[in-house]
Amino acid sequence: MEAIIKSIFPIAVLFGAATVAFGVVMMIVAYTVLAERKVLGWIQGRIGPNRVGPWGMMQPFADLLKFIFKEDIVPDKSTKFVYFLAPIVAVTCALMPMVVYPFGPAITNIDLSFLPYGLGDGIKQIPLTVAQIDVGVLFVLGITSVGVYGIALAGWSSNNKYSLMGGLRSSAQLISYELAMGASIIGVVILAGTLDLNGIIYAQMSSPWYSRWFIIPQFVGFVVFLIAAFAETNRVPFDLPEAETELVAGFHTEYSALKFALFFMGEYVNMFTVSVMCATLFLGGWYVPGLSHLFPVGSLLYAVFSVVGFLIKISAFLFFYIWVRGTLPRFRFDQLMNFGWKFLLPVALANVIFTIILVYFLNS
Amino acid sequence: MEPSLATYLALSGILFTIGATGVIFKRNALGMFMCIELMLNAVNLTFVAFSRYYADVTGQLFVFMVMSVAAAEAAVGLGIFIAFFRNRISIDVDDANILKN
Amino acid sequence: MITSVIFFLFAGLAIACAISLVYHKNPLYSAISLVGVLISLACIYVTLAAPFIAAVQILIYAGAIMVLVVFVIMLLNLDEDKPVVNRLPHLYAIGGILGLVLLAQTFFIFYAVHRAPKQAVNTDETVGKTLSIGAGMYTEYLLPVEIVGILLLMSIVGAVILARRLEYPQLEIVVDNELERRNESEIKDEFRIRL
Repeated sequence: MEAIIKSIFPIAVLFGAATVAFGVVMMIVAYTVLAERKVLGWIQGRIGPNRVGPWGMMQPFADLLKFIFKEDIVPDKSTKFVYFLAPIVAVTCALMPMVVYPFGPAITNIDLSFLPYGLGDGIKQIPLTVAQIDVGVLFVLGITSVGVYGIALAGWSSNNKYSLMGGLRSSAQLISYELAMGASIIGVVILAGTLDLNGIIYAQMSSPWYSRWFIIPQFVGFVVFLIAAFAETNRVPFDLPEAETELVAGFHTEYSALKFALFFMGEYVNMFTVSVMCATLFLGGWYVPGLSHLFPVGSLLYAVFSVVGFLIKISAFLFFYIWVRGTLPRFRFDQLMNFGWKFLLPVALANVIFTIILVYFLNS
Repeated sequence: MEPSLATYLALSGILFTIGATGVIFKRNALGMFMCIELMLNAVNLTFVAFSRYYADVTGQLFVFMVMSVAAAEAAVGLGIFIAFFRNRISIDVDDANILKN
Repeated sequence: MITSVIFFLFAGLAIACAISLVYHKNPLYSAISLVGVLISLACIYVTLAAPFIAAVQILIYAGAIMVLVVFVIMLLNLDEDKPVVNRLPHLYAIGGILGLVLLAQTFFIFYAVHRAPKQAVNTDETVGKTLSIGAGMYTEYLLPVEIVGILLLMSIVGAVILARRLEYPQLEIVVDNELERRNESEIKDEFRIRL
């Protein structure tokens, strides 16, 4: 019995951690949707949703119920298997990067001796990350690039010309902007010397005061990353795959009820993911300057305040997304392609070369 | 049964055989291309398995090279397919017979 | 224990997806199956302590190459494969023999490698890490890396030249004559206009 519990315990802890992370992310995402409607309302001089609960706070749950109870319409001529596969792929690929988010610093001074069977014996610290992997940046980039299939397959299988156009546009856009996004991250990776997301945060903590956050030495990379992130998440001003006015909502025209909700959710989780990446790579992640003077490093309070700081940074990016959506018009498709290939990618590559030269001369 | 080196090599062999069969039986240029990718992946698996069991990084480096070559192959190959489709409205390899007569 | 469960799960998935890749006539289904194989192999690489290769496998193969293939399939709007006409029947025999040879090789390897180390020679986990791969790439294997770089440059130039539209359609004139000679009625004009 004891042996079984001992062998199952690490797996159970991992599952528990993943569940907690999932819950937190889903709550944030649900309220991002509400915040988007509220902020857009204020930008446009309206009030926004305010009927369900106080200040409309229960609106996300009302939306979810509505999605569940709507009629699920499957187009007759669609390719059924692919049609059902597409939303699953989209939402899975959106959620998977969650396991490497660095939510906060490891809690080191903690006493786990109250656990039965000596389960807490070998545990020296509790990392606030589900999985510590060596190649976190590559993992996030890879999984989000697999997410293209969700959109492309949805467009193809719906048997609708607008959906197909949306899917084609989306795959072209995502392939193009992925390059600029990857190239803009290389500068940070060169400065940090690691692909581990927590390692990048520690590298920012230990760098001199003028580059405490990598946004300062990598400002060009930051701007390129932010623009590419807008394109990667299909947000205004790059929301061509789902341009309502031209493509009647693009790749998800033929999706209804819960399958549409999955796409919708996937899109907002992707937004959260790029915000996490932005905050981690360029704004120091959970690192709040000066916090280590208030609380001892590794204590519970230090971790809690770090997590709060991280969430504030993420919320700032999410607000920026909504703000841009309320402000800017949409690009035309050829403008989008020209911008990505002829401006963004060369700038990102120049930034990489400049960073390499700078690091070489500063180190020698 | 704990997987040993032989298990990985057997998996790689099976995948390679399936890929080779596909290249022989498929008439669609894209299908053949994908089967070749499958064969390359089977070879990559042996590289990584040997690299693991002999604790040598060379195998993984060559996986990297194979991937780069596959990317180059994809770019050129798909360019050829599009040019071929523009001329023949088909990517069936049997239609590539302009030099036959 | 967990390693073997993961290995056999993903090995089975890889083989099933590979068979489905060969079996399906629709190129898009084949492409989806191949993506399944690639992701299963990436998971197997993780059990082989090669996280960098696994991540690159997903990033390059599943995320770039196969997206490009799916994009081309959607762009060309390909139909299903024509059923294989019974041409060149002697090739079937050769193909069968070749397949048997390959299978025999597989089993030979399976037999021969029993003498190879059952356990990893060195359970040094740093071999698959980014640092050792990068160090190897820019010291001992610099020449292959440079050659691959030149190869990629060549392929970029080649792809651009192959896929562009001709301003002076010399090629297309030749092909138009050829098409007239072949006198194929099923060729639709709309394709020629669109492409």
